[in-house]
Amino acid sequence: MKLFSISDKKLDGKCPTGPIEKRWTQHKASIRLVSPANKRRLDVIVVGTGLAGASAAAALAELGYNVKVFCYQDSPRRAHSIAAQGGINAAKNYMNDGDSVFRLFYDTVKGGDYRARESNVYRLAEVSANIIDQCVAQGVPFAREYGGYLDNRSFGGVQVSRTFYAKGQTGQQLLLGAYQALMRQVGRGQAKLYSSHEMLDLVVIDGKARGIIARNLITGELERHGAHAVVLCTGGYGNVFFLSTNAKNCNVTAAWRAHRRGAFFGNPCFTQIHPTCIPVSGDYQSKLTLMSESLRNDGRIWVPKRKDDPRKPTEIPEDERDYYLERRYPAFGNLVPRDVASRAAKERCDAGYGVGPSKMAVYLDFSDAIKRMGRAAVEAKYGNLFEIYQLITDENPYETPMRIYPAVHYTMGGLWVDYNLMSTIPGLYVCGEANFSDHGANRLGASALMQGLADGYFVLPYTIGDYLADDIRAPKIDTRHEAFEEAEKSVLERIEKLLSVRGKTPVDVLHRKLGLTMWDYCGMSRNAEGLEKALKIIDELENEFWKDVAVPGTDKEWNKELEKAGRVADFFELARLMCIDALHREESCGGHFREEYQTEDGEALRRDDLFSYVAAWEYTGHRQSPVLHKEDLIFEYCKPTTRSYK
Amino acid sequence: MKVYLKVWRQRHARDAGRFVDYTVDGINPDMSFLEMLDVLNNRLISQGEDPIAFDHDCREGICGTCGLYINGRPHGPVARATTCQVHMRHFKDGETIVIEPWRADAFPVIKDLVVDRSAFDRIIQAGGFVSVNTGQAPDGNAIPIPKEDASKAFDAATCIGCGACVAACKNASAMLFVAAKVAHLARLPQGRIEARERVLNMLTQMEEEGFGGCTNTGACEAECPKAISLENIALLNREFIKAKCAL
Ligand SMILES: Cc1cc2nc3c(=O)[nH]c(=O)nc-3n(C[C@H](O)[C@H](O)[C@H](O)COP(=O)(O)OP(=O)(O)OC[C@H]3O[C@@H](n4cnc5c(N)ncnc54)[C@H](O)[C@@H]3O)c2cc1C
Ligand code: SF4
Ligand code: FES
Repeated sequence: MKLFSISDKKLDGKCPTGPIEKRWTQHKASIRLVSPANKRRLDVIVVGTGLAGASAAAALAELGYNVKVFCYQDSPRRAHSIAAQGGINAAKNYMNDGDSVFRLFYDTVKGGDYRARESNVYRLAEVSANIIDQCVAQGVPFAREYGGYLDNRSFGGVQVSRTFYAKGQTGQQLLLGAYQALMRQVGRGQAKLYSSHEMLDLVVIDGKARGIIARNLITGELERHGAHAVVLCTGGYGNVFFLSTNAKNCNVTAAWRAHRRGAFFGNPCFTQIHPTCIPVSGDYQSKLTLMSESLRNDGRIWVPKRKDDPRKPTEIPEDERDYYLERRYPAFGNLVPRDVASRAAKERCDAGYGVGPSKMAVYLDFSDAIKRMGRAAVEAKYGNLFEIYQLITDENPYETPMRIYPAVHYTMGGLWVDYNLMSTIPGLYVCGEANFSDHGANRLGASALMQGLADGYFVLPYTIGDYLADDIRAPKIDTRHEAFEEAEKSVLERIEKLLSVRGKTPVDVLHRKLGLTMWDYCGMSRNAEGLEKALKIIDELENEFWKDVAVPGTDKEWNKELEKAGRVADFFELARLMCIDALHREESCGGHFREEYQTEDGEALRRDDLFSYVAAWEYTGHRQSPVLHKEDLIFEYCKPTTRSYK
Repeated sequence: MKVYLKVWRQRHARDAGRFVDYTVDGINPDMSFLEMLDVLNNRLISQGEDPIAFDHDCREGICGTCGLYINGRPHGPVARATTCQVHMRHFKDGETIVIEPWRADAFPVIKDLVVDRSAFDRIIQAGGFVSVNTGQAPDGNAIPIPKEDASKAFDAATCIGCGACVAACKNASAMLFVAAKVAHLARLPQGRIEARERVLNMLTQMEEEGFGGCTNTGACEAECPKAISLENIALLNREFIKAKCAL
């Protein structure tokens, strides 16, 4: 069987044309609107309550749509966005250091290694400033300077300070702002909240997204919910690797089920490995913990110059340390983008210079910062991160350098959407990390929070009107329709199938094996031979899963193993598509490093003549070859050059 | 290491529930407490037994999902840490560990160690927000806020909504949780405008949900993983008096 086939029709992102700084304004002026009286008659389902979902649900409810909002956590406030640490970018130029919308746009396109759409990224940069204003008005307690004005710091891949933050808990504070805005709408009756509910299928009627099938995770009951449009804000799929910095329950099911119903999946192999995480300590490890990128503002990364140096890090003199990022990339030093920093750490460890018990770690050292700024200043800036580190490792980072290693962190790939954030299924919108849109092949730090809130507060509320304007006469969606019947039946059959295996192997064990396979062959660096091998292993593991998975209990109760089993079943299918995508993209760009395509000094080698496109995959059936649809990327403002941080 | 567990098992809300004993060995002291439970659960699953239901998500102390009552303390023996941040190195080899769910009328048990905390959402819904619609905001630097106020607001806003304060309190009061939100917003100019309605509405909702009153025992502050200070309750009381006087 052929691995995949290629569609000869080009996919159209429906981006506006004209001067880039006018595109969004003109687009907003030209799309259709829905009057307040008609909004009242329209129902919208939002799945997800992270930054993207909570902001979208709140903003849509404020506009007067009837919103139903879903999350699988017991409260919307617990969505994975809560864990974001470092900050959120915005082109405010409050620091007077030469920042501008154009520069944020340029940095993001370049940081993404020229694999994102210019129009989308420009819009993102353009609305970034409004996000900060909105959050401040909601009471988000951003860090401030003594004069009372907002403080900024800098993040990797840029040379200005444009990152707003609230200690190491920026995601928490932004999410609580959006959550509170959402709960205000729930209180007003304009939004209805379905916590502890998991979407298990999308319902498509006459080619349009018209509802979802959700399982009440407390009672186990399946429910049908109809709406005129469905918005997925269901986050990323990094947990396909089992070990990642994502929360344990993050998964791809909502997006994957939509993919199976016709939504194309964009650039699934673009995953981000974050350079600074606490290393794996044992085979019982259940997740990895990020140490925010902001630490690279003041921390210095190094390994000993001597292999297997037995000395404690504090005993190794300055001239016997290799500050390899500063050495290789003098212009950006410790603040090179994530993909570059991760690969450099892997290179040093693979070459035998790694530190710590596993030798798969490098040092992140604050001793210079403490000398320069004083311990109190370091504590004020990073105190809570240091505490987290100490709780986990039992080592004091004020006294000895942290040990860090790269870990899976974020997925740039996701459901393909057009400029309006609509997927290839009319009426199905995708926001936040769940879509593929703005970060190309590598996301810059502090840009995911920006994108989630941009999508939810400032983009979707406009663009969804353009679609719903056609629906103002549509009646309420009838959930007795045969499409609901069919979807509910297929969900039930799948649950019964999972429960009927009654095997011996716990879900976690199989998930861990899948994750290891992906990490080894579709992780920080990839090659054709390994990817082909991975495809075989994935098939074998999937067979084993359906033959021997142990799912105890019933479907009529709170059953975590059943939840996990359904998610892992979908991860197998996604893993296959990721490997196919990685195999087909015969170039290195951003987080996708194909060993066959590198420069002499080991940097990524992009092949713009062949691969300057978005790969959007169409589902054709389980283990059937998917169809590749290409959306060409055109660069009018940021001319692709070799990304250099030297 | 080896530990002996006494775990509260309860099939559903109406089940009476009971303690069940388990022995777990081969523990690495660097394992987290929840990883130790993972190991036990995977063993139970392989033997065809029902695993222990407990909830968790971020496993790094920020989402507020986890919450176990360990040896009589919410979130266990480590100060300023959530259950998922407790490691086995904090227990002795051979120790007996008693694990229970949060106990409070307003937090009914769903299964084993999982409780329903949706009451907290309804308290926020009653007033824990600033009424500003998307797009209405002025420039973020239009109103300077003294650093001191901003950081105090931040400290209160770090509450993760875990419910340990309720579990620690003999009255099962949610006062620290409510005070954290009231204080966060009252300390900022954006939140002042609605301060009066907020405190009254949130307290009314707290009572309706069946949480007890506050008698200032301070148990909540001692067990709060985010060190939310009793100062916030004092501020809530001042806000409450102001609001009452204005009525
Ligand atoms: C540790 C960590 C630190 C980070 N730090 C930063 C940072 O400093 N700056 C930055 O910009 N980015 C950061 N990121 C990235 C950023 O946090 C995420 O990309 C972003 O928060 C994703 O938001 P989201 O709204 O798209 O999805 P999420 O916050 O993941 O929310 C997903 C939502 O979807 C719901 N959901 C999913 N599937 C279903 C389903 N089937 N049924 C019902 N509900 C479902 C979930 O319940 C949840 O509510 C960090 C990420 C991690 C892991
Ligand atoms: S006040 Fe503390 S203990 Fe109570 S919910 Fe908030 S974080 Fe948890
Ligand atoms: S699991 Fe998130 S705080 Fe413990």
